[in-house]
Amino acid sequence: MALSGIQIYKLLPQTNCKKCGFPTCLAFAMKLAAKQVELAACPYVSDTSKAQLAESAAPPMRLVTLKSDGHEIKVGNEVVLFRHEKTFYNRPGVFIKVRDDEDVKAKVTPAEKFAVSYVGMDLTIDGFAVEATGDADRFAAAIKALREISKRPIVLISPDAKVIAAGLAALNGETPLICGADANNWEAMADLAKSNTPGGPPPQSGGHGQAALVVKADSIEALADLTEKIKGKGVEDLVIDPATKNLSQLLTFSTQVRRLALKKNVRSVGFPIVVFANDAVLAAQAVAKYGGFVVLDEFKPEMVYPLLVLRQNIYTDPQKPIQVQPGLYEINNPKPESPVLVTTNFSITYFSVANEVESSGLPAWLLVTDAEGMSVLTAWAAGKFDAERIAKAVKTFNVADKVNKKRVVLPGHVAVLSGELEAELPGWEIKVGPREAVDIPAYYKQVLV
Amino acid sequence: MPIEIPKDKWPGSVRTITLGANSDGGTRTSVVTVGGEKALPFMHFEAEVPHRPVVAIEIRDRKPDDWSPLLPEVWGEAMNDPAAWAKAAEAAGADLLLMMLSLTTSDGQPNTPAHAVAAVKAVLGATGLPLIVFGPGNAELDNALLVPVAEATKGERLVLGICEDKNYRTIVATAMANGHLVSARTAMDVNLAKQLNILISDMGLPLDRVLMDPTTGALGYGIEYGFSVMERLRMAALQGDAMTQLPMIVCVGFETWKTKESKVGEGVPAAWGEWHARGINWETMTALTLLESGADIVVLRHPESVKRVKAAIAELMTA
Repeated sequence: MALSGIQIYKLLPQTNCKKCGFPTCLAFAMKLAAKQVELAACPYVSDTSKAQLAESAAPPMRLVTLKSDGHEIKVGNEVVLFRHEKTFYNRPGVFIKVRDDEDVKAKVTPAEKFAVSYVGMDLTIDGFAVEATGDADRFAAAIKALREISKRPIVLISPDAKVIAAGLAALNGETPLICGADANNWEAMADLAKSNTPGGPPPQSGGHGQAALVVKADSIEALADLTEKIKGKGVEDLVIDPATKNLSQLLTFSTQVRRLALKKNVRSVGFPIVVFANDAVLAAQAVAKYGGFVVLDEFKPEMVYPLLVLRQNIYTDPQKPIQVQPGLYEINNPKPESPVLVTTNFSITYFSVANEVESSGLPAWLLVTDAEGMSVLTAWAAGKFDAERIAKAVKTFNVADKVNKKRVVLPGHVAVLSGELEAELPGWEIKVGPREAVDIPAYYKQVLV
Repeated sequence: MPIEIPKDKWPGSVRTITLGANSDGGTRTSVVTVGGEKALPFMHFEAEVPHRPVVAIEIRDRKPDDWSPLLPEVWGEAMNDPAAWAKAAEAAGADLLLMMLSLTTSDGQPNTPAHAVAAVKAVLGATGLPLIVFGPGNAELDNALLVPVAEATKGERLVLGICEDKNYRTIVATAMANGHLVSARTAMDVNLAKQLNILISDMGLPLDRVLMDPTTGALGYGIEYGFSVMERLRMAALQGDAMTQLPMIVCVGFETWKTKESKVGEGVPAAWGEWHARGINWETMTALTLLESGADIVVLRHPESVKRVKAAIAELMTA
């Protein structure tokens, strides 16, 4: 929560020396509050004031970054409770857990290779979590085995600092997430987070080079006390563990922590949350409601695919619906006799139709109108997809030059437009296609050939 | 260090709506009560959550032609007869039923009032659960079928739908005349939802006989629009906006089972995983997300999803 002008003024020298370019310290303070000027403009502000001002300007919720060779994931630094207030910024990390007594290669390989296409993007998992079941050597061996298959960021799970140390020694120049600190081991864990790779590069100020650290406690108050202690040791990239798999308890914890961070500026709980999920419904809640890291017990593509899609959906900026460029797209090398299908430029709409036609192997021209990123039905209801606009697109993108048969196929949901479109495009045959993209191939074969 | 948990205190609350028989009559043997929330979904630490969200199962007046093959596979023979299907749905744990009337009868002819009334009566005879009846989604046919259905079941307190801004008067009028409720659907827009509720209320139907359907997309196909509209509608209700204080119904099964992910098992990317589990996940993950944005009635199609979603609701209702 930003300080007010008056609060900032109280931290300034109050000498009105004018070196900052403003007539009074109060005037400078007001400008600072409005973020219209940098604190550096004042040559006389004390170090304590500088620290306090930096603290209040810091985001209410920490940004935690995990790094590995060629990979990085950032979570946290959220500013709203509800995505419609602005947007959620940093997609939660989806990690697959493997125990060090499992067949690491067998479990990690399919998850590492996994990639699924959604609206033209390839979605993959973000990293792996290795859980220690016994001694340090086994843990280190599992991590090495993992690193032979995957370079993705890693979470190290053990309550034993010696085991974690062995795990860190098996890594090189990374920023892992250590899981984790509790009331009993926090000092040792904080030391490990601070030094990260024993013998590795020394941590720079600001926490670089350190590992991130999960913190767990019995209550939000206990958690707040513990994170403060750990911060006192100079470790600030913290992640909090709600220590529950119960949907209601998790929802309450996540909501309360987010409110404390954003509404009350309680820094001691201003950290991303890690959720250990054993089923699809819990994982879905973690994504929809404030999760920062989601660690799954198993890798199952039939669950990971919808989870990654849900993550894309919830973390889309509501102000910027994903759109594609309007135009005449070619699918499967269409010829002049190939049919022309009409659709809108909402990404989900476009990709539903394009993918369907593409995988059918049937050649077609896909005329994508500018519907301001809305789906067929929404655009039609909003007056952004009508006969006039479709006719305009036909002309703008010179469809008549590409085809030898003047015929367009309307999406089934706007069948009502066919009469009007006939009037707008004299000499053109207007056909009405199916309502759902999945029915296009059958329609094509039955009606268009 | 003591930490004071910030609690929201809202001036408004959601209306309570009861479906099923009441002192005025009706033959339903169970009652479903939804709404009444005084806080955002499942915030037990702020206010008592008076009624748990409920699960409806969607059935049809005849076996549908175009559903995902996974659905006839699980419902089997029961799909051929609405009464049998209703019984099977009740056995699968439905709190209430939603029967959507088909556009055509099984011989391809347009559906008729006689056919529709017979199907509704058969369902009412087969189970005591509260019943929602939707028309096929074509304005003319909706009105043609729902009016005779409403008249033939006078006093049963069915929920009739779908009322939309382009077609609501006939359905509302027949609901008023015959002791039924309505479901009002708008396309993911807070102001349009309010407007339709005002129009319906202006006709004289009390708002405790109106469910609000904000429309939603399936996971991957627009869910976030529904999710955010619902969060905004629920917050408006709690802030005191009377025209948004209606319990919300979402037709999750209808949306998720028409996705390619749920309909198709062959010739899809290997990364999609196993078909059956994928279809169930699609429905259950969509349902859970929307329950947490304020859904009071979730309409599902697969009995496995019903089981999982009811379990999730029970867990969410623990204080």
